[in-house]
Amino acid sequence: MKLAVIIPAFNEEKNLEKLIDEIHSISIQDIQIQPIIVNDCSTDSTAIIAQNLDCILINMPVNVGIGGAVQTGMIYAYNSGFQYAIQVDGDGQHPPKEIYKLLEKMKISEANVVIGSRFIQSQGFQSSGLRRLGINYLKLIIKIFTGLTITDSTSGFRLYDRASLEKICEYYPDEYPEPEAIIYFHKMKLNIVETAVIMKSREAGKSSITLLNTIYYFWKVSLAIFFSYLKL
Amino acid sequence: MVHYFSYRIQFIAIAVSLIFLFYIGRLIIKGKLREEYAIFWVVSTIVLIIFSFWRRGIDFFAQLLGVYLAPNLVFTAAIFAILIYLLHLSIVVSNLQEKIKIMARELALLKKIIEEIKMNSEAEKHISDDESK
Repeated sequence: MKLAVIIPAFNEEKNLEKLIDEIHSISIQDIQIQPIIVNDCSTDSTAIIAQNLDCILINMPVNVGIGGAVQTGMIYAYNSGFQYAIQVDGDGQHPPKEIYKLLEKMKISEANVVIGSRFIQSQGFQSSGLRRLGINYLKLIIKIFTGLTITDSTSGFRLYDRASLEKICEYYPDEYPEPEAIIYFHKMKLNIVETAVIMKSREAGKSSITLLNTIYYFWKVSLAIFFSYLKL
Repeated sequence: MVHYFSYRIQFIAIAVSLIFLFYIGRLIIKGKLREEYAIFWVVSTIVLIIFSFWRRGIDFFAQLLGVYLAPNLVFTAAIFAILIYLLHLSIVVSNLQEKIKIMARELALLKKIIEEIKMNSEAEKHISDDESK
């Protein structure tokens, strides 16, 4: 069975080589792992570095945001016949050696989407206080709109099966997509479960969510959750 | 004296409105302004021209709508029109952004497919070259 590891990358020249090495060093029984880097029109040398790595490289012609990059990678994986696809962020927050935990969870629970959560077992990088407050807020509104308890709704470390991949090909939010996507998957009657993983803090570069963006982030995500609940 | 000044402003208003209308016409002819977006500008310029000639017009409508000061009617109407047009532009921009995203996605995937086809045909060529030796 083939697993696509989708790596959205925007200016991640410092992290990619190590990440690809780590992905190639893991081996899971019956699973053939293929990393796919989606370079979202980086302004640094991400494209050149990625070209020399042992992976599939998709270059976006213009910057479309993380959601657009992820969706492009997922469409590629779907069309190439991959049974599973997992999103692993290019910044090194999601350790590839944790991938097996999501696969195991998918086998046991037969869910369509498995989210790697860093808050089920409070191990590894736990992110800052302000961000945790925000995550609790998101947890509450997702509970209200879907009835699901998602402890780590901003986690992009997610494993998808073919059924959920098909839905991603149809629609995926483009900006800060993670919490909104949960509502979308729930509306599409996909089963979503979480499993505990250990995350790291970013290795290099800066997070896409800075303190200045926080207010905008919550405004956008709250609106998006509300409207995607109404829309479908 | 008063009449002299008010006629002068009327003349300026008519002249400016006509120049504006002429300029919009030129933009449309040159293809720099699409007709659907030009409708708003043409209509608002025509309104300006009408009220430049019909001097009592604004007072007439202010009285009709019960607005005490005629200039207030002008401001209210203008601000309202501008807000609606801004909303329209936001819709146009959102629409364009969505289309660009889809285009970018398709383009990236197509480029990837072409690359793969090229690599495959080159690999085949190597194999056939080796066989012919």
